[in-house]
Amino acid sequence: MDAITADDVHKSYGSIKAVDGISFKVQKGEVYSFLGPNGAGKTTTVEMLEGLRKADRGEIRVLGEEPWHEASKLGRTVGVMPQDFRFIERITSREAIRYYCSLFSVRDKTKELLSLVDLEEVQNVQFQNLSGGQKQKLGICLALINDPELIFLDEPTTGLDPKARRKIWDLIRKLKDEGKTVILTTHYLEEAEMLADRVAIMDHGKIIAEGSPGEIINRMGKGRKLTVPYGEKLQEYLSKDLKLDCNRTGDSISVSIHSNKDVINILDFAEKNGIELTSLSLKEDTLEDIFVDLIAEKEGTS
Amino acid sequence: MKIRNIIADLKIYSRNYMRSNTAIFFVFIFPLVLMLLFGSIFSGSTTSAVPLYVQNMDNSGNMSNTFIETLNSTHFVDIHMIPDNVNIQAYISQHSITAALYIPSNFSSSYNTGNHVSLVYYNNPAVSTSSVAQQAISVTVELFNSHFASQNQTIAVASTSVTTHAASYVDFMIPGLIGLVILTSPMFSMTYIVSSYKKEKIFRQLSLTPLTRSEWFLSKFVWYLFISALSAIMIIAVGVLLFHSSISLNIYVVPFLAIGVFMFTSLGILAGSVSKSEESASVIGNIITFPMMFLSGTFFPIEIMPTWLQSIAHVLPLYYIIDGLNSITIYSNFNSATLDFIVSVAVAAVIFALSVYSFRWKEE
Ligand SMILES: Nc1ncnc2c1ncn2[C@@H]1O[C@H](COP(=O)(O)OP(=O)(O)OP(=O)(O)O)[C@@H](O)[C@H]1O
Ligand SMILES: [Mg+2]
Repeated sequence: MDAITADDVHKSYGSIKAVDGISFKVQKGEVYSFLGPNGAGKTTTVEMLEGLRKADRGEIRVLGEEPWHEASKLGRTVGVMPQDFRFIERITSREAIRYYCSLFSVRDKTKELLSLVDLEEVQNVQFQNLSGGQKQKLGICLALINDPELIFLDEPTTGLDPKARRKIWDLIRKLKDEGKTVILTTHYLEEAEMLADRVAIMDHGKIIAEGSPGEIINRMGKGRKLTVPYGEKLQEYLSKDLKLDCNRTGDSISVSIHSNKDVINILDFAEKNGIELTSLSLKEDTLEDIFVDLIAEKEGTS
Repeated sequence: MKIRNIIADLKIYSRNYMRSNTAIFFVFIFPLVLMLLFGSIFSGSTTSAVPLYVQNMDNSGNMSNTFIETLNSTHFVDIHMIPDNVNIQAYISQHSITAALYIPSNFSSSYNTGNHVSLVYYNNPAVSTSSVAQQAISVTVELFNSHFASQNQTIAVASTSVTTHAASYVDFMIPGLIGLVILTSPMFSMTYIVSSYKKEKIFRQLSLTPLTRSEWFLSKFVWYLFISALSAIMIIAVGVLLFHSSISLNIYVVPFLAIGVFMFTSLGILAGSVSKSEESASVIGNIITFPMMFLSGTFFPIEIMPTWLQSIAHVLPLYYIIDGLNSITIYSNFNSATLDFIVSVAVAAVIFALSVYSFRWKEE
């Protein structure tokens, strides 16, 4: 069953088309990630799903409800950690969590939530005096108060230290294991590649690629790349004889290879011509490579 | 509407509030400072002539006019006339008069024929100035009676007690300062809170919880009612203990406190909601608050202001709150207080409706 369906959704702020006709579906239990450069429309999209913004056009269903009008109903089963989370300035983390627990009529979860994100040490510090990362962690705690079945995390790891990021990753994995649906916005492609079942790459308000990280890499990746030291003879052999796509950057050439045979040929050629291969690496395109290519392509055409 | 949510929000809000020094300053320190300042400046001053209200029913002869002129020439009293077509007792209570003299219609004819005639002196014996007026009347009566060789008392004066009493400056200051607190404590905070919560997207955050806007509003109302009441108790205590104010306390102060706090909590929300930024909210808040703070009878009774300023005062909602509090605590005039209360409720209802209309937790 689908946790979320969006069909031809549009949203403009004045003349800015923040979201320009996107459609997608998220299944229950899935971790679905939005990727895209700054201003791509990720937050706007997520906020429309959360019922915090009204779509200009298009149809959205979240857990079967229309989110803008049914926001308070959805609030009981949905958890939201907004980008740039803010809270009442002179209230401590502990008080904030207690407050949410009583509003949601759930038992006091202060202890477990604080330890979940390592906030115990500063639980009595007023919100205005928390560090940026600590504020964000509180935002995550508040999103989990009602034990939601659908959780929106808008850039939860931005600005966190490496240890804290790992904790959040573990948390997302744990949520997934519990069968929850997670919508994750991030700028860290390895994070999406590692955690998400499917990703949607957005740019200028449109989804320009969607699928599991593996699918996207297979479909859009330029295959494997072999990097060898630059040499005039070698370059000629690669492009003229093997007819491979070569790209020289500084002292090295990166070659898109089609099969293992190409690698053997290249090594053979080097051996026969006495070319010293001081460095050699074989690498498959990552989501990041595709992301950069995709965005660059877009910039080039527009 | 859930009481549980209101209590949870009240807890959080009061904590946040009590941790702010400026808020505490405006509710507790500021009125106290004003009171000590104005109280010591004005408490020494007394008026020289005692106001005496006279109703002259005798329009057949001119003896009564001579009597009033003589009374006036004593310079102890400052004479004001009561129209002859009103009920004097009602007039006294409506206008909070502490000394009034009734001259019956047969005054001239009786005096001229040497027949007995009785004047009625309405006064509040508890008010110190009432004996001054009484002295002036006795002197004048004696003068008139001495005309008759027989020395029999043609004119007699019957005294009747009334409960109204004249107010001192501190008496005015107490309801005025309570009005000030009712105005400033919710107004300043609510304009700020609403505009900053909007900017920091805290309302949006709250919209994701089961807390509703009306629960949030009610918790603010309860909180400001509570601290305004505390502040009012403090003001009254200082007024009575330090400045020997003789205002009469009674339960009818509470509805004015409640409707006032309700009105200005709504007005603060309205001002915060319509403004685009925190800066413009504070400007709008000040434009609303400051004229009201000075022109509604907070620091002095509006009767001493020029008439055009008085007419401005009559369109300021705080005026009706303070006038009502004055009527209750100083004049014990409940008819006038009831009218003030009705006006306040109507104004509050309009402001509340506008604030409900403009107060949004999330933007489209
Ligand atoms: N409240 C707003 N008013 C006007 N324009 C807005 C508003 N919010 C967003 N925008 C514009 O809409 C576009 C999309 O913004 P959005 O916040 O959705 O991007 P994003 O993908 O989340 O970016 P980031 O990665 O920086 O968080 C941007 O061009 C932004 O300037
Ligand atoms: Mg964003």
